[in-house]
Amino acid sequence: MTAVPITTPPVVYKPSDYRSDLKPIWCPGCGDFGVLAAIQQALAATQMNPKDLAVVSGIGCSSRLPGFLQTYGLHTVHGRALPAAIGLKIARPDLTVMAVGGDGDFFSIGLGHLPHAARRDLDITVVVMDNAIYGLTKGQTSPTSPRGHVTKSTPYGQSAQPLHPLAIVLSSGASFVARGFSSQPKQLAELIKAGLEHRGFAFIHVLSPCVTFYDTYKLYKELVYNLPADHDPSDLDAAMHYAVERERLPLGIFYRRPPLEPLPRPTPKPFDTQAYLERFRV
Amino acid sequence: MIQKEDIVIRVAGESGDGSTATGEMLAQAAARSGLHVFTFRTTPAEIKGGPVMFQVRASNSPVRSMGDAVDVLFAFNREAWDLHHADLASNAVLLYDPEEFELPTEFRGVAYPVPIGAIAQEVGNRRGKNVAALGVVAALFGLGLNKLEDIVRAKLGKKADLLESNLAALRAGITYAQRLEKRDPFWMESVAEHERYVMTGNQAIVAGALHAGVEFFAGYPITPASDIMEGMAAMLPQIGGGYMQAEDEIAAIMACIGASYGGKRAMTATSGPGLSLMSEAIGYASMTEIPVVIVDAQRGGPSTGLPTKMEQSDLNIALHGGHGDSPRIVLAPASVAECFHLTVWAFNLAEQYQTPVILLSDYSLSFRTETVEPFDLNKYPRVDRLRPNGSLAPKQYRRYEITANLISPMVAPGVAYAQYTATGLEHNEYGNPDYTPKNHALMTEKRWGKLAPLQHSREYVRRFGAERAKVGIICWGTTAGPCRGAVYLAGQEEVPVAMLQVQMLAPLPVDAINEFLEQVEIVLVPEVNFQGQFAKLLQAELGIKVLSMTKYTGMPFSRLEILRQIHVLNGLAEPVLS
Repeated sequence: MTAVPITTPPVVYKPSDYRSDLKPIWCPGCGDFGVLAAIQQALAATQMNPKDLAVVSGIGCSSRLPGFLQTYGLHTVHGRALPAAIGLKIARPDLTVMAVGGDGDFFSIGLGHLPHAARRDLDITVVVMDNAIYGLTKGQTSPTSPRGHVTKSTPYGQSAQPLHPLAIVLSSGASFVARGFSSQPKQLAELIKAGLEHRGFAFIHVLSPCVTFYDTYKLYKELVYNLPADHDPSDLDAAMHYAVERERLPLGIFYRRPPLEPLPRPTPKPFDTQAYLERFRV
Repeated sequence: MIQKEDIVIRVAGESGDGSTATGEMLAQAAARSGLHVFTFRTTPAEIKGGPVMFQVRASNSPVRSMGDAVDVLFAFNREAWDLHHADLASNAVLLYDPEEFELPTEFRGVAYPVPIGAIAQEVGNRRGKNVAALGVVAALFGLGLNKLEDIVRAKLGKKADLLESNLAALRAGITYAQRLEKRDPFWMESVAEHERYVMTGNQAIVAGALHAGVEFFAGYPITPASDIMEGMAAMLPQIGGGYMQAEDEIAAIMACIGASYGGKRAMTATSGPGLSLMSEAIGYASMTEIPVVIVDAQRGGPSTGLPTKMEQSDLNIALHGGHGDSPRIVLAPASVAECFHLTVWAFNLAEQYQTPVILLSDYSLSFRTETVEPFDLNKYPRVDRLRPNGSLAPKQYRRYEITANLISPMVAPGVAYAQYTATGLEHNEYGNPDYTPKNHALMTEKRWGKLAPLQHSREYVRRFGAERAKVGIICWGTTAGPCRGAVYLAGQEEVPVAMLQVQMLAPLPVDAINEFLEQVEIVLVPEVNFQGQFAKLLQAELGIKVLSMTKYTGMPFSRLEILRQIHVLNGLAEPVLS
């Protein structure tokens, strides 16, 4: 009788295996449901073990997302997801690290961290759910709201112009830049999967409307289009051209290049206190 | 010629004159010849220009403060005389450059004209005047004269031509001084040489952190904490640790929190302005029970304040900074040796109690050098955080489990079935958001209750002086140095004084303090801030009345200032300056 090798069948993770038992606190119809589903799809597509993923967020409706995943999560303070994610990634390069949140977190209170995160080009995947409004605080204007936007905090219209998130990260050295739409979850899942597989700083801007305070579903459906098939993602000038487009909203991978090579570092040795202190001996 | 037990030498000039380098080498030479040294320096906040001074106190016995009056002043220019002559002892020695200014007629001590610029010029090295000054001082007062060439070689030996011209300047200084007719009584010689370290407070903090097993550091440059960051930048890559210079202090502490959440021992270092920015994140670490060590090298405040002067005015923000009821541990070292010891404690306490720990140093301690006895490393073992035991069943792990001592097992990502989200929202034992009244009360009590045993510890105070006395001093941080000096001087006069140095400011070790209160009648609380922050803390926590003694000039207390107050409280006459 020939020996039959005993093999453990591979564990197959379904999208639902990445969901926790917590029920999302989002309003029915919130774009963030689509983003959560797309993240689960992307994770299942990579077959990542949930124990090896940490999802870091700040404060806002969308920043509650880590709690709805059955992965490790760090739900920090407003605007500070990126530095926490960077510290975690430097300390634990073995983990897959994502940073998620909204336009308030990433483009307003925490904007100062964004270019620095991009220029470090560490292996972190960022998913920003941009609804161009402050939802959790019940309807104030945001840095991506259009000029003239009338909200409770801008009753006579927002006088400032919206900023261009993709242009900021492109000019700061991000090596993967994409945009998706929560109502197109299949494409969004593919973009997130490509971001997770990219070994540098992957920035995915997601149009994710707020049904309660700024319903942009109809508007976005009219404005979005896929980047042309002949767009070359290695062309930074072309990416920048699409990043500042306002009349319509292109979707897809704007820019992708190989991540930075790490600089040479000394070969680590265990620390010896007594030997270290010798330099202070008189 | 009499041999003095203790000498204070101050070298003062213009930024760029090299007076700081002179002082550092002098301290090295004295330490190498077996003397105990304690240095003090002030620098302008600007990069170039402005007055600079470096002071070395050297003694045959251990020294714990910068000293009282100045015995020897080397004034490189007229401004140095103007700024420092008020600090001179009555029999002081003045070394001055006659090409810069004439001997001031009001000076009553022994003066030696030293044309230091010309001496250096003669050997063809005008810029070597600091090294020539080193030779003059050592030859006149005996501080490790035979060790000087080695020290100059170690400090300036990188470039051969520069070294040769500096050695020439040194020898020229020595020769000049040896030709002078010595008319003063100061001569310091070591009685015994043995193994010692010479370190600054910041160097001792770096060494302490490395010994404690630091694995991650993130920081943002700020005086006087930057060289802690630089030390970490050099060392962590050599031992496999993580390091980053962050874009601001908020990013620095958040990166530390991220690394610590990842299971690594993390530290940041800053000064008051940075601590202000970190306040929200410290509350987050307190809420999520994530260990993190924060060094605050205090300087004069508020706002930008006095970036190159010392003050003990960050006590309140260290204790109470941030919103909500956010417990933390606060430690304060008083000496360079304690910078090492308390940094190790800071890591161990952060890990053991899963809470932020703030270490309050100050500018004077950051940069001063002291001779330090070799550390007994066995006394400082590493303590790790409590981690879950064995393998876990799905959905059973409770990150914030209410245990007997209220400390919960903390998992690091990568362990199966233990996934949880650390959230700054109020949460239940599983870490899930829960704002019910009962849960908020339970978890608030958990976060505070786990630290409560520290209040009963006897480990975090140091007791000096008489067993019982009319006057008892309670102090913290570097003010403990001049307090110990004053207690010693009072003892010489047979005036008993008791002293308690509190090394842990939060939680306050109330049992040890109450015990001390029973041994004294009047409690004197000296500290370098305007409000009497520590005095108010003692009054609020212990319900007692204390006598607050404050100084808010940006300078530390001298032991004579404290001694004068001891005399007043004991109904004695003013002390006579020696």
